[in-house]
Amino acid sequence: MQEAPPVHPMADGIANRTSGTVGGTALSLRGLQKRFGETQAMRGVDLDIPSGQFVAVVGRSGSGKSTMLRLIAGLEVPDAGTIAFDGVRGERGGDLRMMFQEPRLLPWARVLANVEVGIRDADKLRAGALAGEVLREVGLESKQNEWPAALSGGQRQRVALARALVSRPRLLLLDEPLGALDALTRLSMQVLLTQAWSRLGFTAILVTHDVTEAVALADRVLIIEDGRIVQDVAVREARPRTRGSPTLATIENSILEELLTEEI
Amino acid sequence: MTAVSTVRKARGSRLRVGDNLVPWLLPLLILGGWQIAAMVGLFPARMLPAPTSIVAAGYRLLGTGELQQNIWVSFWRAAVGFLIGGGIGFALGLANGLSNLSARMTDTTLQMIRNIPHLALIPLVILWFGIDEAAKLFLVAFGVFFPIYLNTFHGVRGVDPQLVEMGRIYGMNPARLFWRVIFPGALPSIFVGLRFALGIMWLTLIVAETIAASSGLGYMAMQAREFMRTDVVMLSILIYALLGKLADLCAGLLERLTLSWHPAFQGG
Ligand SMILES: Nc1ncnc2c1ncn2[C@@H]1O[C@H](COP(=O)(O)OP(=O)(O)O)[C@@H](O)[C@H]1O
Ligand SMILES: [Mg+2]
Repeated sequence: MQEAPPVHPMADGIANRTSGTVGGTALSLRGLQKRFGETQAMRGVDLDIPSGQFVAVVGRSGSGKSTMLRLIAGLEVPDAGTIAFDGVRGERGGDLRMMFQEPRLLPWARVLANVEVGIRDADKLRAGALAGEVLREVGLESKQNEWPAALSGGQRQRVALARALVSRPRLLLLDEPLGALDALTRLSMQVLLTQAWSRLGFTAILVTHDVTEAVALADRVLIIEDGRIVQDVAVREARPRTRGSPTLATIENSILEELLTEEI
Repeated sequence: MTAVSTVRKARGSRLRVGDNLVPWLLPLLILGGWQIAAMVGLFPARMLPAPTSIVAAGYRLLGTGELQQNIWVSFWRAAVGFLIGGGIGFALGLANGLSNLSARMTDTTLQMIRNIPHLALIPLVILWFGIDEAAKLFLVAFGVFFPIYLNTFHGVRGVDPQLVEMGRIYGMNPARLFWRVIFPGALPSIFVGLRFALGIMWLTLIVAETIAASSGLGYMAMQAREFMRTDVVMLSILIYALLGKLADLCAGLLERLTLSWHPAFQGG
């Protein structure tokens, strides 16, 4: 099944989707600015993300990546500029979910109850069933009665992923959620994330410091420097992708080069 | 504690029964020695009556109904004073923890009042209330207020802001945010305050009943002193200890039930 061609020229990575998707939010940022005291963290960001696109954001630490996500999530209020969701200004609603570097699970709730935190009021009656189903998808069905303290770091982050996915979000913001995981756990999380994205069709914005990861997962990689988007790189490689394929390697190298020249 | 239990496990089950008895050996020995010393007349009964005569005194007072009556009066004062002082402390702790405005308005004042040792108020309280029930309730309430207030306040303030942010972004309304995130997060600290307050509660009551009362365990002890009934004095002291232990056990049980998620309460 072919989706209607998105307006954005860089969106052709989302061709091979399965049916049954809820689709993704189209985002549009205009002239976004944010200052914290003396620090100008966002210096006028303009960005259009079509529905269902997978965007990766890379940049040195302190360049404003988290600030951009937090502005989109409504956790910070912009000093200037606008954010529109599907063309409507400021309507976030329950369609938005966010994952952080820390799993941020409630230590006093068991795994299943933690996943239920993500469920919308409309689905409250089926909460248990829905949460169980998503836990199965992330491979943690057997852990549903455990306390978070009894899980490994990777398992906790998978519970956080289940919590984010259980409401079938249309926009998923990911602020380095894989950053603290070991290499192998990271790879399996990447697979889970890609599968969920292809199945549900949400728009994803992934902040990462791993350029290989950005290139392997995303349709498009943004490089942020000092509160501005300085590069917007399309990754036109069909999925499923082969890690380290020549095309991906070339894109990765050019991004790394850009990041390294910023150093001076 | 974990190290000890590991060692115990390593030594196998053969010694378990003996191991559980070990902590009780010394108290039993002391009790036995005390009884014998009293029986051979090492101390005059006026100074230190035998354990058996204390038991007998308890039995006698149970018969007349005096003991139950006084225990009930003391328990009632403890409970009501605790509920009043603890309730206000808890409410103010929550309010100041949740609202900066409320904290700015009241916290400095409360910190100033905190420097008054509550037992120093006894003369004033007697002037105000006489030796009425209100005097005891006031002192107990005043005493338990601060540990509950301070620990509730700090508990709420100490809740992980990242979890609060998560709750907000996952669409929790203020009530849900409170019950699902803030209250459970503050609970370990609230329990610290609760335990502390229970200790203060008994201490205050003992002093207040000894100085200014016409009923209750402390009064019973003071009356007995007048008539040189050391056995009844000792009985009152032991019952105070027992009630204190009971309150602590209840708090511990409640804590274990509600904090079962906490790593400190797991695996036991
Ligand atoms: N809440 C805040 N208060 C003060 N400064 C902040 C705050 N959040 C971010 N900053 C500053 O804004 C800049 C961008 O931060 P951030 O967006 O977190 O960067 P990144 O996620 O790319 O590492 C940094 O200089 C950081 O110190
Ligand atoms: Mg960041």
